[in-house]
Amino acid sequence: MTTDLATPVDRPPGESKPTAPRPARRRSSTRTKLELALFLGPALVLFVGFVLVPIGIAVYYSLYDWNGFGPISDFVGIKNYKDALSGNVFQGAIGHNVIIALLSLVVQLPLSIGLALLLNRKLRGRGFLRVIVFAPYVLSEAITAVIWLLMLQPNGFADQFLRAVGLGGVIEQWLANPKVVLYTLFVVITWKYIGFGIILLLAGLQGIPAELREAAALDGASAWQTTWHIVVPLLGPTIRIWIFLSVIGSLQLFDLVWIMTLGGPANATTTMASYMIDHGFKRYEFGYGSAVAVVLFAVCFVFALLYQRFALRRDTAGALTRMAG
Amino acid sequence: MRITRKTCAIAVAAAMALSVTACGGDDTPAASAPPSGPVTLTWWHNGTTDPLNTLWQQLADEYHAAHPDVSFKIEPIQNEQFPTKVPLALQSSTPPDIYQQWGGGQEAGQITSGKVADLSSVAPWAEQLGLAAPGWQVDGKQYGVPFIQHVVGFWYRKDLFTQAGITAAPTTMDELTTAITKLKGAGLAPIAVGGKDRWPDAFYWGYFATRECSTDVLKAASKTVKLDDPCWTRAGQDLKNFLALNPFQPGFVGTPAQQGAGSSAGMVANGQAAMELQGDWEPGTMSALTTDKDLKSKLGWFPFPAVAGGAGDPGVVLGGGDGFSCTTRAAAACGEFLKYLVSTPVQNRLAASGAGLPVNPASAPSLTDETLKKVFDQGHKATYIQSYFDVAWPTAVGQALNDAVANFFAGQGTPDSIVQAVNQAAAGNK
Repeated sequence: MTTDLATPVDRPPGESKPTAPRPARRRSSTRTKLELALFLGPALVLFVGFVLVPIGIAVYYSLYDWNGFGPISDFVGIKNYKDALSGNVFQGAIGHNVIIALLSLVVQLPLSIGLALLLNRKLRGRGFLRVIVFAPYVLSEAITAVIWLLMLQPNGFADQFLRAVGLGGVIEQWLANPKVVLYTLFVVITWKYIGFGIILLLAGLQGIPAELREAAALDGASAWQTTWHIVVPLLGPTIRIWIFLSVIGSLQLFDLVWIMTLGGPANATTTMASYMIDHGFKRYEFGYGSAVAVVLFAVCFVFALLYQRFALRRDTAGALTRMAG
Repeated sequence: MRITRKTCAIAVAAAMALSVTACGGDDTPAASAPPSGPVTLTWWHNGTTDPLNTLWQQLADEYHAAHPDVSFKIEPIQNEQFPTKVPLALQSSTPPDIYQQWGGGQEAGQITSGKVADLSSVAPWAEQLGLAAPGWQVDGKQYGVPFIQHVVGFWYRKDLFTQAGITAAPTTMDELTTAITKLKGAGLAPIAVGGKDRWPDAFYWGYFATRECSTDVLKAASKTVKLDDPCWTRAGQDLKNFLALNPFQPGFVGTPAQQGAGSSAGMVANGQAAMELQGDWEPGTMSALTTDKDLKSKLGWFPFPAVAGGAGDPGVVLGGGDGFSCTTRAAAACGEFLKYLVSTPVQNRLAASGAGLPVNPASAPSLTDETLKKVFDQGHKATYIQSYFDVAWPTAVGQALNDAVANFFAGQGTPDSIVQAVNQAAAGNK
């Protein structure tokens, strides 16, 4: 290992026998190492200490039956994983995460793109509208959840509003009907996160050169054709990043669920994360909770890797892939 | 370059591991030092609001004045944080010396850490605390001491009962059924329940169980956590019949118990529902959720009715309480302090402050509220106090019960499935 470092192998063959001293290059090489150590060191320590080590510890705990007190001695192997993956409640939880992720893509994405295109046009009060749309994202998830929990109580603000606009017929028991409650949560999630998508896409729209639109207009393209064939394809990298963030967020959904429904009624809104907290910290099944945490991590990690590999490869080419290659 | 990074990572990880071990090694001797001379007790309690916050501080100051060797470092902690903070603290080498303790299966779990002190020899607790003491015992040893007792029963609004033409508080299940019918006839929600939080649902199953099962069966189940008597299934059947009356507010499975005016407590406080099966703390919870200053005069209380044909003693009360445990470092000083907390003068002040029902029967006259006196009497003359089942049983089993009952409230499962859920959780299945 150390030999590699002493004689760099990435030097072009022609320069393998340097005749003249090259102080500038040598100094920069030591300096690079020093810089790397200085800049990467603290981050690396934190990353190892607070990410890698805890993951390892969670994997270790997950192989034991442990209530959080006393010695960790009851080794059960992969039983915790088997129990979790074969249990109806956890399977349901994975299903709920997937439903939220898919709904986000199908509903939030077109909505975000549409609103972003609208807010990108020159219109009266554009700044104000942008603030309004972005405001919910600034609220913490806990505050959002409490506000909506109160508004969605039977005969609460939501019901009264619907009645006032003549939609009294669609009123449901938003948080009590197991068939409806997951979609209620999705509406709240959309309300909260749509602003983030819009801001992201607006930034993407700023990056599209005006010349392209002008050229298209000169060639006689309609506004619709310009949008569909020029703007949306050029938004691709932004959209792909948004999808990535949205899916990961959906998989980790917790705060809203925990405050608004606690995963109920009758497990209708349990997510992987709420199931993990329910078992880990409410039931004191820390071994089992760790197993669920590892599964959640694995799902997110595999998705992230595959997505990076297949969807983001082109977008990040030159930034990430060159170093990895 | 890649290699250096990996090597570096391994070195860092190794360094971390070493430093962690080193820290552990340093602290261990201090933890086992014998308590002699001046001692400072770290005290974790959940009295973040008054009256308890001020009262605990006063009591600590007065105790320190009388016992200069004993000082306190008080840390009020939000109630909801205890379930996560206590296990971590008991894993560490510096747990608090006194911490909030609700007894039962959770306490039994904490004892396996080896850091919770046995206080049996400090005082004749059973004499001093009466029926409340066993809830904080594990295998006959007193690992915790309650200072406030809780009793669950029906809180109701007298004005709404009058409006519906109900003249007396129900004493039997039939009378309760009639009252529910009358209240519905008057267009009122008879009972509010906080189904979202699950534990309020479990009060119903718990009370039906105490009415169907004999006291011997209840006591045995607290120890064995095995429900093999048919009375447990009958409790579920009673609950099924009760749910069939449709006595609750619309959407009750999604209603929070204590958050906001739309919660079950808020509904009763604001006159939208007539009854709620809750603990003695309910008037305090309600008064924060309404602008009605005369609320307390409108509230009445009656115990959970007897169930015809049940083997249970109608005098059994479902309840619990708030207590403290001591850790081993300063167990002697801590035990003496807890003895002081349950002494009559201190309990008189607790009762008078409105913090809750005193555990010391001698302090009953200090209760100012007539309704609370009634609640206290019910607890005092009880033949047996059954700790809420989710507390009495190991935490995993108790939560499994709450979940199963909550699912039952949402229309899933059978009377049998609740019993099965408990037995399976007790057998270690997830």
